[in-house]
Amino acid sequence: MKRFVKLLLILLALSLTSSFAASTAFAKDVSLLNVSYDPTRELYKDINAAFAQDWKKRTGDNLDIKMSHGGSGKQARAVIDGLEADVVTLALAADIDAVASKGKLLPADWQKRLPNNSAPYTSTIVLLVRKGNPKNIHDWSDLVRPGIAVITPNPKTSGGARWNYLAAWAFASKTCNAKGACVLDFMKKLYANVPVLDTGARGSTTTFVERGIGDVMISWENEAFLALAESKDNGFEIVVPSISIRAEPPVAVVDEVARRHGTQAVAEAYLKFLYTAQGQTIAAKDGYRPALPQLVDPALLKKFPKLPLVTIDGAFSGWKKAQAQHFDDGGFFDQIYGGGAH
Amino acid sequence: MSIASSLRIASVRQAGPLPGLPLALGMTLVWLGLIVLLPLSALLLKSATLGSGWIKVLHDPRVFAALKLSFGTAFAAALFDTIVGALIAWVLVRYRFAGRAFFDALVDLPFALPTAVAGIALTALYAGNGWIGSWLAPRGIKIAYTPTGIAIALAFVGLPFCVRTMQPVLQSLGAEFEEAAASLGATRMTTLRRVLLPPLLPSMITGFALAFARGVGEYGSVIFIAGNIPRVSQIAPLLIVIKLDEYDYAGAAAVATLMLALSFVILLLLNVLQKKVALGRHD
Repeated sequence: MKRFVKLLLILLALSLTSSFAASTAFAKDVSLLNVSYDPTRELYKDINAAFAQDWKKRTGDNLDIKMSHGGSGKQARAVIDGLEADVVTLALAADIDAVASKGKLLPADWQKRLPNNSAPYTSTIVLLVRKGNPKNIHDWSDLVRPGIAVITPNPKTSGGARWNYLAAWAFASKTCNAKGACVLDFMKKLYANVPVLDTGARGSTTTFVERGIGDVMISWENEAFLALAESKDNGFEIVVPSISIRAEPPVAVVDEVARRHGTQAVAEAYLKFLYTAQGQTIAAKDGYRPALPQLVDPALLKKFPKLPLVTIDGAFSGWKKAQAQHFDDGGFFDQIYGGGAH
Repeated sequence: MSIASSLRIASVRQAGPLPGLPLALGMTLVWLGLIVLLPLSALLLKSATLGSGWIKVLHDPRVFAALKLSFGTAFAAALFDTIVGALIAWVLVRYRFAGRAFFDALVDLPFALPTAVAGIALTALYAGNGWIGSWLAPRGIKIAYTPTGIAIALAFVGLPFCVRTMQPVLQSLGAEFEEAAASLGATRMTTLRRVLLPPLLPSMITGFALAFARGVGEYGSVIFIAGNIPRVSQIAPLLIVIKLDEYDYAGAAAVATLMLALSFVILLLLNVLQKKVALGRHD
């Protein structure tokens, strides 16, 4: 019996090493791990297929791009804790800042390395309502009416939810003449109307679309397009609010990991591909506003409505400040829920 | 008892009272240390880095509300599981009916099912547009996205613990006891109270403790049905995840340590109670 087990172990070890040897023998197989946020599943499926083809044509290598999706904050934490991401494509700069500052995996000035604040595509925050707009929702002010159920995820766990929150805040500070209390009051009323606080943007879409909860969902524009496309019979409508925020989901090579994997060149090429005409066209097709619209067929841009957009730098003095003021422990979001105001 | 006598026979042949004590005890301690105590001490060390921040955690109404919710719903669910579990175990042991093996296997399903699947399925059932939810909604009853929904999810994942701990006890008890009680003129209630309950009680407490412990720590199935509103339907494990997402590792460890301390005290009390009840029966 013992001899049998020993033999088995030896066989196992042999087969493991031989398969390892086999995989190193065909060194032309390159693989990348892209750690991304929740709603980019469809986008990167298309981008990856196009780029792998492009890379094969250029170098002859077989490129296998693996994806990991989840709430943006959670994903950043996973990378900091050791998930071997060659590139990160997250919902907001603050999360990649955290990878830089807490994980020390890329330089602090990473955002300057690629055009447009390293955001190859942008999006904005819109309102998704049920067909025929039965509750007559036209702007942010309608969201605080009594009896309106609003669906949005928890900004503590979801990057998209932070954009939602800041877009609502931007509206409130535009309409409020007196500072401070009035804005916070608006936000309190808004979140009092939220029956479910999901942990990620995809969870909220499920709650709104599949479970039928809520009258209006605050959503990424691209996620709203997707909900429209995927449920033609249920029927939803997009309501474009009077003001919103320009959401810039940035991308970056995680230098430390890429260096270890020897994938710097392909990782950089991958992100640069997002800025090519082909990459920009795919982004526009999947509902993201291309950073370089001049590269894209104007017909594809028709679906993006023009509306006044504030920016994170202009209205909130950058992510670092917004994060500390609004979302950290004891910040405005905690005060909205009546806690943490020590 | 036959086990005791066979043990005595064995001990005659062995030098010590039980074979291999040093080795067995050594392995037990090493494994407990590696698998249980090592991660726990890492947790304690992490939360110790918080220092005076502990006061803030202890005073945070969100932490308090989340702990109350987690322990309250876990208690309610475990209580429900103990009562319903006893009934299910009794039916499965005492009766022979078509499909019994099928239902017996069904009991274990909550063990096998990924908790996220359970959570999504339960939410689909109990949401306002679900099978059960749409029937309850016009009657003004809301289950999904309320603490009631959390308790239901916990009752689902905890049920097998209760059934499986009581089943063998009922099996060894035999139907003769109940028949004897009936033939001596005991009412059904008396039989339940004086004949069935006393031997069943220790395993009931064990089942309760297991279901309770599982419920306190449950995350996957609850997160979908809870609603996750701070101070209303935000469970303590979610608060820990939120603190991690804020890179507040020490704060997360502090909440976890609190949960752990509370759970440990409760489980210890339940263990003592279970021993007392079990001993009282042998006297």
